[in-house]
Amino acid sequence: MDNKKIIIKMKPEVREKVIEICNNFDNNPGELINVLHQTQDFLGYLPAEVQELIAERLHMPTAKVYGVVSFYAFFTMTPKGKYPVSVCMGTACYVRGGEKILDAFKKELGVEVGQTDANGLFSLTSLRCVGACGLAPVALVDGKVFGRLAPAMIKDIVKEYREKE
Amino acid sequence: MANYKYHILLCGGTGCTASESPKIKENFIQLLAEKNLTDDVQVVTTGCFGFCEKGPIVKILPDNTFYTQVKPEDCREIIDEHIIKGRKVQRLLYENPEDNKHISDSKHMGFYKKQMRIALRNCGFIDPENIDEYIARDGYKALASVLEQNDPKATIDLIKKSGLRGRGGAGFPTGLKWELCAKNAADQKYIICNADEGDPGAFMDRSILEGDPHSIIEAMAIGGFCIGATIGLVYIRAEYPLAIHRLQIAINQAREYGLLGKNIFGTDFDFDIILRYGAGAFVCGEETALIHSMEGLRGEPTFKPPFPAVEGYLKKPSNVNNVETYANIPVIINKGWEWFSSIGTEKSKGTKVFALAGQINNVGLIEVPMGITLREVIYEIGGGIKGGKKFKAVQTGGPSGGCLTEKFLDTPIDYDNLVAAGSMMGSGGMIVMDETSCMVSVAKFYLDFTVEESCGKCRQQASVRNP
Repeated sequence: MDNKKIIIKMKPEVREKVIEICNNFDNNPGELINVLHQTQDFLGYLPAEVQELIAERLHMPTAKVYGVVSFYAFFTMTPKGKYPVSVCMGTACYVRGGEKILDAFKKELGVEVGQTDANGLFSLTSLRCVGACGLAPVALVDGKVFGRLAPAMIKDIVKEYREKE
Repeated sequence: MANYKYHILLCGGTGCTASESPKIKENFIQLLAEKNLTDDVQVVTTGCFGFCEKGPIVKILPDNTFYTQVKPEDCREIIDEHIIKGRKVQRLLYENPEDNKHISDSKHMGFYKKQMRIALRNCGFIDPENIDEYIARDGYKALASVLEQNDPKATIDLIKKSGLRGRGGAGFPTGLKWELCAKNAADQKYIICNADEGDPGAFMDRSILEGDPHSIIEAMAIGGFCIGATIGLVYIRAEYPLAIHRLQIAINQAREYGLLGKNIFGTDFDFDIILRYGAGAFVCGEETALIHSMEGLRGEPTFKPPFPAVEGYLKKPSNVNNVETYANIPVIINKGWEWFSSIGTEKSKGTKVFALAGQINNVGLIEVPMGITLREVIYEIGGGIKGGKKFKAVQTGGPSGGCLTEKFLDTPIDYDNLVAAGSMMGSGGMIVMDETSCMVSVAKFYLDFTVEESCGKCRQQASVRNP
């Protein structure tokens, strides 16, 4: 793969910001996870070309960066929707019907876990325990916790966000 | 300092925050201003009260009234009736399921009666964002006495004698762990706090960090002094933004007060704490994996030896303990090892925090003395099975633990009994399942979890993943 071509593809302000983040951590390879956290915070995801740039700045092989990105569930290489939906699949939610909630979201949004819908509005993930087990089953939509869910409630929740558009 | 007539304590844990506790606080503050009561009534956001099932919780001091499932629109009635007229709002009080009578003081509730709060001593009592409130409850007193005594070996001995074992699940004696690390001479050592709470259904570490962050800072400083470390690292899940926020505030306040930094309490002991973020990998709860992750690598475990006490973070001697373990340390030093070791069973001393969840009436965070039975926990504290259904199993020890059936209900809970019963203590998740739960699908659920979260090192797991 030709590095230069990919870097040209990246918006200059993104490139600048990623370089700034790396500099803030003294381009220290030991700070890779912190660099990735901050980059994802800013960009929303970690595309291949950004990983290549980070590898270059921290003087490490791209494969190492990719190895770390793909190891940790928190890092993603696909852009999230405007309203990310995460359904808790911790044990407490599972025994109170978390799987049915996840199915209801899949049906309502027309996507599978790990996908983003066609207009980039919703993405669907499952996560492990938000620690709000008293409210189980629980889902997060755009950072807001919805608790004591039943499959029948999902349609209205999605509608509420669709109507914001 | 203002002399308040009433204090309104409001749960600021993740569960209650999700059910609008910030809006409730806002309403209280606005109403108090409206009635010119701002100088008479203080509104305080505290850590988790534990009784998550009935959240959001509002507690009024000095009369200890415990309001449950409070909604933002209930604030006006609480101010008008309780604060102004001195009459409790009956409809918001807890209703005892046995006789349908209202109970206003939490200590008379079945959920709290058998609990004993050591690690959770300050959760729900103090404002976690105010160091003065921690200090007012003997905070940093243990650190002061340890530094004054200036005998790390004596402190390690005290922790050894207390019988405290690691609360992350494996139950390794904490004092012995410190001693092993203290013995290894090096130019730099590290003391590490494992706050990568990965077991689904366990949220005690998060609640301690959210509700009482200074207790962890104090304990890490004590541990650092004992083993000879000047730097502490907290490895915390990125999925816990509120805990990170509160811990960062606490660290900044401790620095301001000179309780972190150079020459603590005028001694030559220097100590500071840095945060490192996890990124969602269950295996990083294992200490070698955790250390690799802190170094910016994939969180893969490596064989021991070398143990972290010899070769840990950046190849320097390191000591890793769990959040709940640390939360016990200052109290043990203040109250003495004899007191601590008088609680619990022969080989498991003190208390354990459990996150009680699943198909049970009283979901929440509880702390009980070791040796209590599962029956007491599930039926007395937990209020029994939801909807009057029949008990089938309780899952303990997280995904690598086990499910215990009715025949184990009278087993006293401690590290060794749970292992003998085929499960384990783990970090303290306790998920109750009723007769409608399918154990085959529960088994599949856990197997899916362990396959997905496997580090791929052992043959069996690797072959499940890539058959």
